[in-house]
Amino acid sequence: MYEFDWSSILGALPILSHGMLVTLEITLTAIVIGILWGTLLALARLSDIRPLAWLAAGYVNLFRAVPLVMVILWFYLIVPALLKDVIGAAAGSDIRMVSALVAFALFESAYYAEIIRAGVQSVPKGQVNAAYALGMPYALTMRLVVLPQAFRNMLPLLLTQVIILFQDTSLVYVIGLADFFGAAYKVGDRDGRLVEMVLFAGAVYFVLCFGASLLVRQLRKRFAT
Amino acid sequence: MSYSWNWAVFLSPTPSGDSTYIGWLLQGLQWTLMLSLGAWVIAFLLGTLLGVLRTVPSRWLSRLAAAYVEAFRNVPLLVQLFTWYFVIPELLPRPWGDAVKQTDPLTQQFFAALLCLGCFTAARVCEQVRAGIGSLPRGQRAAGLALGLTLPQTYCYVLLPGALRLILPPLTSEFLNVFKNSAVASTIGLIELSRQSQQLVDYTAQTYEAFIVVTLMYMLINVAVMFGMRWLEHRTRIPGTLGSK
Repeated sequence: MYEFDWSSILGALPILSHGMLVTLEITLTAIVIGILWGTLLALARLSDIRPLAWLAAGYVNLFRAVPLVMVILWFYLIVPALLKDVIGAAAGSDIRMVSALVAFALFESAYYAEIIRAGVQSVPKGQVNAAYALGMPYALTMRLVVLPQAFRNMLPLLLTQVIILFQDTSLVYVIGLADFFGAAYKVGDRDGRLVEMVLFAGAVYFVLCFGASLLVRQLRKRFAT
Repeated sequence: MSYSWNWAVFLSPTPSGDSTYIGWLLQGLQWTLMLSLGAWVIAFLLGTLLGVLRTVPSRWLSRLAAAYVEAFRNVPLLVQLFTWYFVIPELLPRPWGDAVKQTDPLTQQFFAALLCLGCFTAARVCEQVRAGIGSLPRGQRAAGLALGLTLPQTYCYVLLPGALRLILPPLTSEFLNVFKNSAVASTIGLIELSRQSQQLVDYTAQTYEAFIVVTLMYMLINVAVMFGMRWLEHRTRIPGTLGSK
């Protein structure tokens, strides 16, 4: 039988916690930009201006058809060229981190856009009509009437998507960025303790995600009443 | 930008000389398709079984299936894949582990990815099947049992045929996810479609062409699956319901 040796975890804690910070940074950036950009995409997709709706639909469908691994690779190869052209050789900044942030933000916003679209569509039409009847313009109607109700309806789904996103950030492994899992893998590879480190990383992800999903379930119950 | 486009690159021969670059991509496509379809078969069968277990009267069986779903849903796919590929061969009894490690790397990579994707997706299919069975009218189960069918027969002939039809649309999106998730297999070295695009970039430096073509291939798979599932949905409509002709 295999003999476990968990001793390398303790010494690796600084590396692992730094990795966890990278994971959280990517997750948070993707949530914030994803929800902002996703809301705009959802509104564009629902708008009466045809070309705008088509563009938004094209964006969302493109990103949803392609594997996340491919998207991360795209941006890893495209972002440096863009940085060079737009800002002029920003060699100092960490290309991998920047490209991962861009990739996740743009990728997630396609998924958020679909959730937000469904949320907006779940708001009764009378609400919009009432707002217009009161003389509110489009922007105000959306901001004060439709979106607050929509976000309340879709909160559980949005949070579930956050849990999925948190797990998906481990895919930055493909560009060699040391997020939590990347760090665990590196330590395991270095110490010849890959088995323990992979299991440990899996256990940490499980505890965090399972805990978060229990919270979401609780929240759903409270909102349902 | 000083990028020189060269679409003819796909037709030029590879360094090894036995194929062209487009041939490489098609090989990658073949692996992606084999892996995804195989994983889908596992996911569908195992997922349906687990979904049924979630709804049977036995508490213990239901909890067992629930535990499976939580375990596979709350660990990232990449970590699961590394577990199948690096960890499990070590934890098997020594002779078995050695036997696994002696098979050729490609077989190991393929089967690790196949089992991983299959079990991962089964957890998702299970939840859909459970929701489908849950949304059937309660009378269906009661009617089946009242007619003297055993519980397994009730599932086989009454509940599952109805439930599976109901959940075809969400199953379609899970089916699409299998193809997308199969790209993760590139991390353990399986040269499937997304990995081939990287290799193409390494060899030819024609980044944009390679990525555009591979992206189009993934979109093509998407469209094909969507049409296929729509056809299936149409074929399996229950006569007399609103959706049928």
